[in-house]
Amino acid sequence: MAEIQNYTMNFGPQHPAAHGVLRLILEMNGEVIQSADPHIGLLHRGTEKLAESKPYNQSIGYMDRLDYVSMVCNEHGYVLAIEKLLKLTPPRRALYIRVLFDEITRILNHLMWLGTHGLDVGAMTMFLYCFREREDLMDCYEAVSGTRMHATYYRPGGVYRDLPEMMPKYESSNNKKKKHTDRLNYNREGSLLDFIESFSERFPSCVDEYETLLTDNRIWKQRTVNIAVISPERALNLGYTGPMLRGSGVEWDLRKKQPYAVYNELDFDIPIGLNGDCYDRYLVRVEEMRQSNRIIKQCVDWLRDNPGPVMTDDQKIAPPKRMGMKDDMESLIHHFKLFTEGYCVPEGEVYAAVEAPKGEFGIYLVSDGANKPYRVKIRAPGFAHLASMSEMVVGHMLADVVAVMGTQDIVFGEIDR
Amino acid sequence: MNINVLIPSIVTNQWNLLPLYLQNLVIITTQILAVTICVILTVAFTTYFERKVIGYMQGRIGPNRVGIKGLGQPFADVIKLLIKEVVIPSRSNRYLFIIAPLLSLIPALATWAVIPLTDGFVIADINAGLLYVLALTSVGVYGVLLAGWATNSKYAFLGAMRCAAQIVAYEIAMGFALVGVLMASGSLNLGDIIASQSGGFSQWFIVPLFPLFMVYFISGVAETNRAPFDVAEGESEIVAGFHVEYSGVAFAVFFLAEYANIILIAALTSIFFLAGWSSPFEGWSFLGEGSFLREPSFFWLAVKICFFIFVFFWIRATFPRYRYDQIMRLGWKIFIPVTIVWIAVEGVMVWMKVGPWSI
Repeated sequence: MAEIQNYTMNFGPQHPAAHGVLRLILEMNGEVIQSADPHIGLLHRGTEKLAESKPYNQSIGYMDRLDYVSMVCNEHGYVLAIEKLLKLTPPRRALYIRVLFDEITRILNHLMWLGTHGLDVGAMTMFLYCFREREDLMDCYEAVSGTRMHATYYRPGGVYRDLPEMMPKYESSNNKKKKHTDRLNYNREGSLLDFIESFSERFPSCVDEYETLLTDNRIWKQRTVNIAVISPERALNLGYTGPMLRGSGVEWDLRKKQPYAVYNELDFDIPIGLNGDCYDRYLVRVEEMRQSNRIIKQCVDWLRDNPGPVMTDDQKIAPPKRMGMKDDMESLIHHFKLFTEGYCVPEGEVYAAVEAPKGEFGIYLVSDGANKPYRVKIRAPGFAHLASMSEMVVGHMLADVVAVMGTQDIVFGEIDR
Repeated sequence: MNINVLIPSIVTNQWNLLPLYLQNLVIITTQILAVTICVILTVAFTTYFERKVIGYMQGRIGPNRVGIKGLGQPFADVIKLLIKEVVIPSRSNRYLFIIAPLLSLIPALATWAVIPLTDGFVIADINAGLLYVLALTSVGVYGVLLAGWATNSKYAFLGAMRCAAQIVAYEIAMGFALVGVLMASGSLNLGDIIASQSGGFSQWFIVPLFPLFMVYFISGVAETNRAPFDVAEGESEIVAGFHVEYSGVAFAVFFLAEYANIILIAALTSIFFLAGWSSPFEGWSFLGEGSFLREPSFFWLAVKICFFIFVFFWIRATFPRYRYDQIMRLGWKIFIPVTIVWIAVEGVMVWMKVGPWSI
């Protein structure tokens, strides 16, 4: 009698669907998965340890690089923790700008997720459609912060600077004819807010376009309905947050349950799924994009009517005005102290969490009163999701592993940290 | 007789001195070379066509840098692949590893021998043309199977397994669809099949055999391992499936075979269901006597082939990929019953003498 063994397959880390550097050891019986063992750590950069050796402000940039497709949401969590310890309230305009950019980031993240999820399941066109819209949102990032991804835009006490009055434009050259650049610049004539508004006018029809390609597509439904079903109780026990939890039918969103910034003043709904399968999670995320668009519209309206400061005037935390430094010794000293030593945060410990696009992104901060954190612990939503990989894929086929990876919306920057 | 004027008399004299079998050998070799080179050139531009079509569907512009409008791109790709090293994995079966790509290319090209390109031109006008086509398209699968096995890689092995199962299911559906064509035309010769559809669009087999046409074309997509049935190479699941370890020329040959098969399936679909080189406006007297549009010509075959190739790419840009077991279900539980039912319906139609083919 021949000894029949299961087939062990190494899935990743160099695999087109590994979403970065995931390594899965799959034990398969034919094409059916018997167990899946995710190996992590290939993108470990020691963010938590690095943060302990730097003044508070200098770690904001590291937060961007955790979940590198929802950049400023991570900053928001970190900044919120510092502000809680400092008992500091930023100006309201700064809070609105934060909400605006949180929601822009949510759309950015969900577009990235939709595109790659589509690509994993084989719908190649989705990827390019989504990236077309991402481009405009990246331009918003660039307009406020100067970079397209790792913005480092939020600071304890507010945001780095106010929204620009002018949107950067494409310039024509030998390779780019003027007619072409005019077409690209049609909604860039006004301020950043005008640009975002024109985007939010257009975006619902873009989402409709994605939905025509996928939502009622029989193949898409065959590939996602009843794949990786997680019951609400199990989802809670596994520590799911965000769309993964809501897809299972648990109504839990930090923006509603523990409102931070100005979410309690805004009007939006929380979509939840019914069955907890890949298809429901897809629908939840698509609806979240529409809701984010609603929030963006409200923020744009508020920000238009309410000019004001975007940074606290506490000179111990916020850098002084450049002009002030020229003839005011106090300002110069503040500037010097802030950019060498930083600021000291009162002793204590705090946990602050935001609803990042992937789920609850939390920062647990311990301060011993110095200018550097004593300990930073990052709660990455993806970590809990990935931990349930085996449970989700057992009994499914190899092709479903890819669909599950897509539905978990894994980004290794935050899981490996 | 024009040709005799162009060719010097000394050449024609020498030619007439050759024994008949040598004359035939030269003529047939020339024909084979001409068709093969044309097919390979078409493959080159099909890749360009694909990238352009999918590019525009996805809001991009596709290749536009090499040559005018990017038309040099296929040749740049070929040159790149030719000068790359063919890496043979050390634990593979070297001989099968090399033979596999050839085994998938040769049938794809050999099938063209029986394809009638115009009313008069076909390399081998054999009576069992349809059987020949079925036999050769099945042989092509061995290339994929051997490649997957000889590579000795788990991904390639999975690809080969998937391919084997898929081909078995779809060969049957494809064969049954052709039984319908056979019943309608009463001949296995491809030229006769086209001739029996003469008389304009209403006489084409696509009208009475529409379900079989759909089954045949979709099975053709599955047979060529194209999206949404591309589980054998399944980019995001098993990386590149059976050709995961192939590089350079060996990969290029697989690539060539895949596209030659696409063109072949497009050509066969147009021959079996759209009357090949016949004009859709045959017998439309108001177009004028001797109008180009009414005449059967290679032009019509080319138009039909291009259309089906376009549909291949259109499908690829639109649909997500099926899962392996879903493909099986589609093949066994839907296509085969559909074909069997329609063959029965067709039998009744022939018996009752309804339908365009009954005399």
